[in-house]
Amino acid sequence: MAAEAKTAYERVQAARNGKRPMGSYYIEHMLDDFVELHGDRRFGDDAAIVAGIGYLNQIPVTVIAMERGDTIEERMKRNFGCPEPEGYRKALRLMKEAEKFRRPIICFIGSSGAYCGIEAEKRGQGLAIAENLYEMMGMKTPIISVVVGEGGSGGALALGVCDTAIMLENAVYSVISPEGCASILWKDASKAPDAAEHLRLTSFDLLSFDVVEKVIPEEGKTNREICSALKSVLLDEIRKLSAMSPEELLDHRYAKFRKIGA
Amino acid sequence: MSTIKTILNTITGTVEQPPRICKKCSAEIPYADYLANHCICPECGAYFRMRAVERLDATVDKGTFQEIDKKLKSKNPIKFPDYAEKLEKAEKASGLSEGVVCGTAKVGGMDCALFIMDSAFMMGSMGTVVGEKITRLFEKAAQLRLPVIGFITSGGARMQEGIYSLMQMAKVSGAVKRHSEAGLLYIAVLTDPTTGGITASFAMQGDIIIAEPKALIGFAGQRVIEQTTGEKLPAGFQRAEFQLEHGFVDLIEERPRMTYTLAKLLALHQTH
Ligand SMILES: [Zn+2]
Repeated sequence: MAAEAKTAYERVQAARNGKRPMGSYYIEHMLDDFVELHGDRRFGDDAAIVAGIGYLNQIPVTVIAMERGDTIEERMKRNFGCPEPEGYRKALRLMKEAEKFRRPIICFIGSSGAYCGIEAEKRGQGLAIAENLYEMMGMKTPIISVVVGEGGSGGALALGVCDTAIMLENAVYSVISPEGCASILWKDASKAPDAAEHLRLTSFDLLSFDVVEKVIPEEGKTNREICSALKSVLLDEIRKLSAMSPEELLDHRYAKFRKIGA
Repeated sequence: MSTIKTILNTITGTVEQPPRICKKCSAEIPYADYLANHCICPECGAYFRMRAVERLDATVDKGTFQEIDKKLKSKNPIKFPDYAEKLEKAEKASGLSEGVVCGTAKVGGMDCALFIMDSAFMMGSMGTVVGEKITRLFEKAAQLRLPVIGFITSGGARMQEGIYSLMQMAKVSGAVKRHSEAGLLYIAVLTDPTTGGITASFAMQGDIIIAEPKALIGFAGQRVIEQTTGEKLPAGFQRAEFQLEHGFVDLIEERPRMTYTLAKLLALHQTH
């Protein structure tokens, strides 16, 4: 038997760990012939989201991945992985390109959330997320979302409307950060570990709520092993979802979210 | 007895309402005057946050409102501590079983479906019940081929329902999309305050988006932005006028003209 299970807050810390692989790692280790595509064709290119097309085995897929970077310079450039409206608009533009060619979409989620800034608000942060939720509900190609790090609220959900939701074991997914929750409810951010427990944000919680369909084990595994386990689950899911007609797929996606809290 | 009096009677147990005190200029306004003045301070013009019943009274043709899913209550899905007590308190304080009132009615003689959020119930925050009620309303409106008018006010997703609250943003978005694909109109009326996950979902998904003057409308909370950026927020930041200037709302309408404008828009969208 493995060591004692982690507490919820230990998982939050694991999900946020600076050494934890984010989107770029999975692109590099999972895909062949990846071509990165940039920009929202509206305003700019947001480096907090890396997107492009590549082969997963022999299957062309579009990948949209949150990325915070490794070095401090890269983290500044990538805004510590917090997307601005342009990031969500780039994601949507490339999802539509994928839809046109009936190519499956894989989203990697790992960010404390959408960036909270004056300029982001001026350029419609709320609208950008709202448009993704709306359009992804009607996207006529399979969408698989994988939470690999911290799934922070609406900014994460903007890449999370999908047919199959997957979490890595130590990823978390929450409506609010434990610190935010603790400071609002108890005026004390140091109670974050309690909040993490109560928010039920671990992969196992979300699996039990039927909000995610699959959890990829991490305990005792190397990053390469986790990556290859995830890859084979993705291939299985793509095979399954690609067999559905567009109408079946959209009904299936609608039903997946429709049942939550019904 | 007018509709509003009947409704107030049922929710508060009394027709007699205490005078309202203006937070801005401290004017004391007898309730009848307050209601007649569209819940606007007659002294300084400040907009009060309207209760759902007051909004209904100001908007729908008398006697036409038929409420749907009135009794739906939260099941406390993640068993969050002290939440059950909070819900009970909110129910007592607001006279409502949840933060949104849904139904069908006529506005200017035209049939429509309406949802009206009420900030007196936990700041109109969205948990499973608010998400479910609004989803059902859009589904019903699609089935009956009715336009939807939504009066929105919300502090965002309700953290006491955890991931279930977050997922309501996706769920409602799906229902809004299906209603839209049926060729039907959705008008979102954004009132003070409309923030967080609501702005990042159905508040910004209307065919037409109307805002009330000076309403706070935004995604990120102002304190969070100040803490994140260390910058001072510009005057009027995230107010309705700011959103109009940046292109995110179609128009700002004053409360006394709101029903008239809604009826005009409904009429302009009649297809037969
Ligand atoms: Zn006043």
